[in-house]
Amino acid sequence: MAVIESSQDIVQSQSPWREAARAFRQSWAGMLGIFILILVILFTFVGPFFYPVDPFEIIWAPLTPPGATERAPLGTDYLGRDILAGLIHGGPATLYVGLVAGIITITIGILVGAFAGFYRGMVDEFLMRITEFFQVLPALLFAMVLVTLFTPTIYVVSLAIGIVSWPTTARLTRAEFLRIRNLEYVNAARSIGAKNRRIIWRVILPNALAPLIVAATLTVGIAILFEAGLSFLGLGDPNMFSWGLMIGAGREYILDGWWVVTLPGFMIFLTVLGFSLVGDGLNDAFNPKLRER
Amino acid sequence: MTMTLMVARRLLHAFLLILAVLVLNFLLIHIAPGDPADVIAGEMGGATEEMLADIRKTYGLDKPVYVQLGVYLTRALQGDLGQSFFYNAPVLDLVAGRAGPTILLVATALLFAIFVGTMLGVLASHKPKGIVSGLVTVVSVIGYSAPIFWTGMMLVILFAWVYPIFPIANMYDITRGGGFFDRVVDILYHLVLPALTLGIVYLAQYARLTRASMLEILGSDYIRTARAKGVAEVKVYGHHALRNAILPVVTIAGLQFGSIISGAVLVETVFSWPGLGTLAFESILARDYPTILGILFFSSLLVIAANLITDLVYRLVDPRIRTGG
Repeated sequence: MAVIESSQDIVQSQSPWREAARAFRQSWAGMLGIFILILVILFTFVGPFFYPVDPFEIIWAPLTPPGATERAPLGTDYLGRDILAGLIHGGPATLYVGLVAGIITITIGILVGAFAGFYRGMVDEFLMRITEFFQVLPALLFAMVLVTLFTPTIYVVSLAIGIVSWPTTARLTRAEFLRIRNLEYVNAARSIGAKNRRIIWRVILPNALAPLIVAATLTVGIAILFEAGLSFLGLGDPNMFSWGLMIGAGREYILDGWWVVTLPGFMIFLTVLGFSLVGDGLNDAFNPKLRER
Repeated sequence: MTMTLMVARRLLHAFLLILAVLVLNFLLIHIAPGDPADVIAGEMGGATEEMLADIRKTYGLDKPVYVQLGVYLTRALQGDLGQSFFYNAPVLDLVAGRAGPTILLVATALLFAIFVGTMLGVLASHKPKGIVSGLVTVVSVIGYSAPIFWTGMMLVILFAWVYPIFPIANMYDITRGGGFFDRVVDILYHLVLPALTLGIVYLAQYARLTRASMLEILGSDYIRTARAKGVAEVKVYGHHALRNAILPVVTIAGLQFGSIISGAVLVETVFSWPGLGTLAFESILARDYPTILGILFFSSLLVIAANLITDLVYRLVDPRIRTGG
């Protein structure tokens, strides 16, 4: 039988967050994801200090391949603008849309899922019908319609992405709430007279957080892919320099110069890969059953 | 519950969803900034006064909103989705003309993904730490993270320069003659790259899913029993385990149908495939709202139909639902 030296040991080994953090550090996927994300963030936020070239400025002959001139190490686009400068300056806008759209998605999803799962009955029926309806609409087409009907600013684009992608989060939140709502500690909270609002946000939600954090990480990645898709179709914010904008503008020149589209696409791929790997790592970390595999 | 009653309920449900999509379309026309008549005309500010007056009259835009909704729904349910002024054709004709290629593309990609994905998943589950397993994991993470149009463009570059074997644009070669059979072969030949691009993302996901559920099922008691009574290993995998392992794949494939259509929009644009996606792209450039809304409506119909089919397929694969109701 193990001898417990002090109460400190018990407290430490029981903290689920600490345990999850340790498991996360052991997951190669999660660590690789963090590494990729740090690289991307450094590249796009610190990059401008080392490479102060305006991405809108025409600096060389159009469609110069990478390595042909020192002025543009990664070549130029169809107007003769520096691709490397574009990659550096296009990052913040893409990440920003991804984050804002991700937050909108998660917020709507949690609100709908929490109320449906907590109140059940008619509320659940009604909210789930709406969720189902939104799942029937092909998300990209719906977002295309929204962005076309209104002006494609960065906020309209984020909002459109949020409006079309919340159902998955809502279903996940609902399932978690249904699972937790009848557990003993929730009954305990109810028996000491806690109000519904308190039970939903302070008792159930914190315990449903683990899968929602994983979902949130993946959602940001998906939102970035979505923004890229809209920009590729020419529906991004034309005033914000983003990787998606570079792809949309360079699309027609793909057979004249592979680098015009390949490179910004690769940046998007790397960023989303970072988020999915972190999501995978978090999933392993929060899920002790999967850890053994 | 009897089968007929169940089917009737599902059909009613589908019909209500269709109505809801139409109501959404109606709302979108009215929420959009500007005069609804302008939106319906599809040319912001470009339509003549005469044309606008005509639209106001047909859609009853001078009447209360609920009357307008009634007019809109009645017209839509009779198959009148409006008139595209850009293409100068009824929206229904436009959409119907482009639906075939999209359905062909999506169905091919989906069947390819389900079939090959399940096979790979079974192979991977045979050796959970083997090469196939690792490959499935890596490809699914990459496929999940790469923008689908980017994957398509990489294939375009690969097959336009490095190995020019497959055509990279359009659905068939207009210059090529020949009979019906030649045309079919030509279309299939053009279908390879778009279907591959669209299918590969889902293929990897289904493989991963099959692998996970196979691993879980292979550890269960009835599999041990089957092995103990000397059933051949191939039969244990193919007959006993796979039948249960395929259930989550069917569910997910049905749920993902909407996102596959979204993917198809991008893939069609990359490969100039003459389907609903390219039509959507063209009509958005032209601000042709009736056509865009018509496409949104029609593609939602496809999703609703796909969900119905999934339901029925699920009943076929899973006898528990068939008898239990």
